[in-house]
Order: sequence, then structure tokens, then C-alpha cells
Amino acid sequence: MKTIDLLETSVRELNQSLHDQANNCDEREWVVLHPMGRHAVACGLNQNISVDIEGHAGYYCAGMNQKASVTIHGNAGQGVAENMMSGCVRVKGDASQSAGATGHGGLLVIEGNAAARCGISMKGVDIVVKGNAGHMSAFMGQAGRLVICGDAGDALGDSLYEVHIYVKGEVASLGADCIEKPMREEHIEELQQLLDRAGVDEDPKAFRRYGSGRQLYHFKVDNASSY
Amino acid sequence: MCGIVGLYLKNLELETQLGELFSPMLASMSERGPDSAGFAIYGDEVPGDQIKITLQHEDTAFDWAGVARAIGEELEHQPVWFQNATAAVFKLKTSETMAREYFARLAPEAMIMSVGRSIEILKGVGLPQEIIERFNLPSMQGTHIIGHTRMATESAVSMAGSHPFSTGMDLCLVHNGSLSNYNWLRMRLQKYGIHFETENDSEVAAGYLTWRLREGDTLEQALKAGLKDLDGFYTFAIGTRDGFAVIRDPIACKPAVLAETNDYVAMASEYRALVHLPNIENARVWEPEPARVYVWERGSKLGMVA
Repeated sequence: MKTIDLLETSVRELNQSLHDQANNCDEREWVVLHPMGRHAVACGLNQNISVDIEGHAGYYCAGMNQKASVTIHGNAGQGVAENMMSGCVRVKGDASQSAGATGHGGLLVIEGNAAARCGISMKGVDIVVKGNAGHMSAFMGQAGRLVICGDAGDALGDSLYEVHIYVKGEVASLGADCIEKPMREEHIEELQQLLDRAGVDEDPKAFRRYGSGRQLYHFKVDNASSY
Repeated sequence: MCGIVGLYLKNLELETQLGELFSPMLASMSERGPDSAGFAIYGDEVPGDQIKITLQHEDTAFDWAGVARAIGEELEHQPVWFQNATAAVFKLKTSETMAREYFARLAPEAMIMSVGRSIEILKGVGLPQEIIERFNLPSMQGTHIIGHTRMATESAVSMAGSHPFSTGMDLCLVHNGSLSNYNWLRMRLQKYGIHFETENDSEVAAGYLTWRLREGDTLEQALKAGLKDLDGFYTFAIGTRDGFAVIRDPIACKPAVLAETNDYVAMASEYRALVHLPNIENARVWEPEPARVYVWERGSKLGMVA
């Protein structure tokens, strides 16, 4: 196990050391001390390594992640795990806005609450939020799954494409072209698998499913007022 | 982008350390706002029959002593005053209206930064660290303080355009964001007698609160009314004589973090501004929700107001 203290090492040096693992993976377990809200900690990882960040992280933590498993033992700032491709990012505390933005793949777990625009423009990432998620979550979501075990804020799934959204709590309001859909057996199975992967003990039957009404995919003049 | 920070003491034993605790908070927001910075500190309160006025003149050699003598002749007693770099603080036994009239006549080139019993606003162009050193912030004492680091978007980079803004007794506001209906709103507020010193959008928000409070609103009511009347993006931190408030607009794209311990409430654009505070690792740290008013006031129950 390798420990890097950000009181002694710069974020740039930390990230370079983590990137060097792509060629010569000789250290699979990393611990980062004193993140102290610094930006871009553990970004662009591309090897099967685990990174434990001991404290609150700043903006864009674990962005562009591939393969790696990153755990933030605290809160995460804006854009945690933005554009992640694969691997797993886990936030033990709360996540600020735009968590998992534009993510293509992998799993993002937020054990606390997620702020506004969680999963904005998600393109295949799976996101599980144990607490609440803020307004405009899964905005323009194209692919992937968003699970919210608490409540969802206003305009959930606005302008949605094909993200599957599951919410256990209250939904303040649905966004344009986001509709409630029936929970069929295949959805309960899908949700159970997501909850298992995230390590979240919830009954999938207690959730409701939301998805695209598919009325805003292509421009129709009749829908002009909804765009 | 701008940076805003605030520190409100619950444990008044920390009053002597307020400036020292706050300086690294302001300095850490340099990247968010490198062109100018400022702060409003509350403390050293004058008795109820006096007011405290903070003025600034960009010339450090400005003859404040001469202004003090001239005002002394008007008041028929020598005012208590002191200079701090480009600023001067006067403590006068008179009304706000009379004081403004004296300074407009006797020191027309000096700008009034703040008027109240407790508030002192100090600000200027330069990196936050320069402003901290210029006014010797680490040595300052008080009960609460809010500050701003500016990256200008809506008006010129100048001392007058830097934050905090005050348009009423002991009231001030710092703003991260930009308002879009401020010209129209300024005209409306001017009709109600609110006076503005600059073309800045954030000053209009401060003037709006002054107007609402003058009409009898509580701070919470005024901020809730602002959700309807102020169009644009904002996170505001607001200081009053004995209170501190934070609000974000309903879209909430401008960041904010709150932290609370038994000793203090701290607010910042980003968590990294809070990391030097004592016992921060055990603080309750959370992101204020959109369109929700958070108020702490002395003399009333401390805590959040929904």
C-alpha cells in the first residue's frame, strides 16, 4: 500500500504517480491523505488500482476514471467522477452538483446526498444515490441507470433519452418528457443488481420507475413549446 | 467566477482571533477572484447614540486629520477616528443623514464604504493577500466577518466596484454570480429613495435588501422576496449587526459550502477555504439547498431558518 500526503506532495505529482501505474502496475492500493478540498484529485486513472481519499475532495475528483476504484471518505465537490468510463467511484459523504456528469460507464455510488444536476447528460454510467438528489438530475440523460433511494428534486429527467431512473422517495416534479413507467419483473431484477453492486440494502419493489416519453427526441413543430 | 467567504462566531471567546482565522479563508479564494477583494468586519460596536463610518480614499496621504478637525468644528467636539491604510473609521455622535452631509461637503473625494454601529468595510483592487496585508486583517477582532474575492463580469475593476456592498446601516452583501434585471431594479429602487454609488449589479441586490428591511421585512422575509424579484445567478452572504445569512438562487449553479461547530458557522464558495479552521474535521459540513434561507442571529435562537 502506498500513502501519499497532499501536505507534502502536489496533486500533479500524485496524479502522475497514479497514471504511471498504467504501464507498470506495481502498486494496486493507494491512500491519499489531506485532500483538503483540492481540485482534480485522482483524475484520469486508467489502471485496475484502488485509491482511498481520506477527507473531503474538491472539484472533479476521480474524473475520467477508467478501471480504477476510488473511494472518497468525505464529501466531494462539483463534478465528481465526471466523464467516467469504467471502474467504480464511491463517495462516503455528500456530492456537490453535476456528479457523474457525461459518464460513459462504470458505477458511481453516493452514500450521502447528491446536489443538483446529478448525472447530467449521462451516457452509460450507473449512479446509485443512497440519499436525496437535487433538481434537474439526469438532465438530457442518454444511457445508463440512475437510482435515488431518497427524494428527487424538481425537473427529474428533463429532456431524457434512454436513462432508466428509479426513485424510492418523493419526486418533487418530473422534467419535460419524463414520465413514470410500470415496474416490470425485468426492472426489479435490473434494480436489484444495481443495488447489490452498490452495496445498498433496499427493497427494489419499493421503487418507482421513470423514463423518457420519447416525444422530444426529434423536432416536431407541435412540440415547440416544450423544447 | 468570484469567491465568497463568511465566518460567524458562536463562541465569543474567539473574537480576538477573528481576523487571524478569516485571513486564510479569503486568501484561499484567490483563484476564484484575483482582481480585487474586500471584507466587512463586525465588532468594536459604538453606543446607541453614535455611528461608525468607514471611508476610503485611494491616496494613502489623504489628509484625514484635516477632515476630522473640520468635522470636530461642526460637531463642537473632536470625533474619535483612526486611519487604516487607505481607509479611515470615524465614530460620531450624530445621525447617519448628518454624517453623510458632513463628509459630502468636507471630504467629497472620499467614498463612504459603510455606516452603522458595528460594521467596517475595507476593500480594494489587488490580490486578496495584498488586501489582507494592506489592512492588517490578521490582527482584527470582531464577532463576524464576510469577504469576497472578485473576478469582474458586470462592471469595472475598481475599489468602488469591489465587494462587500453596503447601502444601509450595518448591512452588507457579497455576491457570487451575475444579475440580469439590475438596471430596471435599480431605477425602481431609486424611486423609493435608495441611493447607489456604482453601476454594479451586486450593489443593486444590497439596495434591494435595504429597501425590504426598511419596509419592515425581517432579513428572512427580505431574502425570500428577493427570490422573486432578483433575476440571475447568485449565492449571497449577508451580514447584519448581529446576524449572518446565506442564500442561493433556485438554479444554484454558483457553489456554496457551510460548516458548523459549537464555536462557529463558516461559509465559503468551496470547502478548501475552510480547511484552516479549528476542528473543521469534526464540523458538520453541507451544501446549502437552492432557494433556502439560512440565518444565524445573535439574541435569537442560533440555527437554520427554513
